[in-house]
Amino acid sequence: MYRGLAIIFGFFFLGEFISNAADLMIPGSVIGMILLTIALFSGVVNPEWCEREAEFFVRHMSVLFIPPGAGIVMYLSLIKTELLPISAALFISFFATLLVTGKVVEVLR
Amino acid sequence: MNPFGIFITIGLYYTFSEIYSRKRVFILNPVMLTILTIVLILHLFGIGYDYYNESARILTFLLGPAVVSLAIPLYRQREYIHRYSKQIFAGVTAGGLVAVVSAVLIITLLGGDDTVARSIAPKSITTAIAIGVSEKISGIPSLTAVLVIITGIMGNAAGVEVMNALKIRDRVARGLAMGVTAHGLGTARIILDDEVSGAVSGLGMALNGIFTSVILPFLAIVLF
Repeated sequence: MYRGLAIIFGFFFLGEFISNAADLMIPGSVIGMILLTIALFSGVVNPEWCEREAEFFVRHMSVLFIPPGAGIVMYLSLIKTELLPISAALFISFFATLLVTGKVVEVLR
Repeated sequence: MNPFGIFITIGLYYTFSEIYSRKRVFILNPVMLTILTIVLILHLFGIGYDYYNESARILTFLLGPAVVSLAIPLYRQREYIHRYSKQIFAGVTAGGLVAVVSAVLIITLLGGDDTVARSIAPKSITTAIAIGVSEKISGIPSLTAVLVIITGIMGNAAGVEVMNALKIRDRVARGLAMGVTAHGLGTARIILDDEVSGAVSGLGMALNGIFTSVILPFLAIVLF
C-alpha cells in the first residue's frame, strides 16, 4: 500500500512543483496525472505498483468534491440573477457537445 | 480541527448513497443531494461556509491524488486508444472545444457575468479537474463544481435519449460523445448499454480532462 501511495503522492508533488515553478495555468494534479500516464506507457512505472491505491481514489472521488460544491451557498444570489444565461448555456452546450463529438467520430469511421 | 465538516459530509453521503443504491433514479444523485442538504444546514443554522470548509479541508485536499490516479484507468483502456486513435483524437478535440466555446459564448451573448463565464467553461470535464482549472482561470470553483455535476446528471438522465434523437448510432461515437460531454456520470449510464461504449466514454472523460485543462488557459485569452 505504501509503495502505491508514495507513487501517487510523488507524482502529485512533482506536478504541483512544476506548475508552481513554471507558473503554469494547468493544475499540478493534472500535470501529475499526465506524467504518471507517460511513466506507465513508457514502462518506468509498473501499473501493479499503484493500481489498487489509484482505484480506491478514483472509486471514492465523488465524495471529495462535496466540500467545494457546498461553497455554492456563498453564491446563491449570483446564481439567481444569472439563472437564465446559466441554464441556456448548460442546456445548449450539452446538445452541441454530444452532437459534434458523436458526428465527428461517425464521419471518421 | 473540528470534525463537524467531515462528519456531515460523509454521514450524509453515506445515507444518500444507500438510498440511491435502492432506487436508481437520476434525481436522487447522492453528491447533489448531499451538497443541497449541507447548503440547507449551513443556511438554517447560520453556520458560515468557512467553518464547514475548514473542517472538511482534508477531503478536498485528496482531490489532488484522485486526479493523479486517473492515469491508471486511462492506461488500462490503452487498447481502445490504439484501435480508435484517429476518431478519439478528433472527437476529443472537436467536442472539448465545442463544450467550452458554446457555453462561454451563450453566457456572453445573454449578458452574463464574466466570472460566471469563466466558471462554466470547464463544465464538461470531470469535477475534480474542473475545480482546479476553474481556480486557475479565475472562475468560482464552487460554482464550477455544481455546474459540472448538473451537466453530468443531464448526461446520466437524458444523454442516451438525446443521442438516439440525433441519430448517433455507432458505439464508439456514442461512448466518446458521452464521456466528452458528461464525464463520469455520463460514463456510468452508457456503460450499462454497451461495454465498448463504456470503455471509450471513460477514455473520452480522461482525455478531455487533460485536453481542456491544457487549452483553456490559451482560450481564456480570447474568450474572456
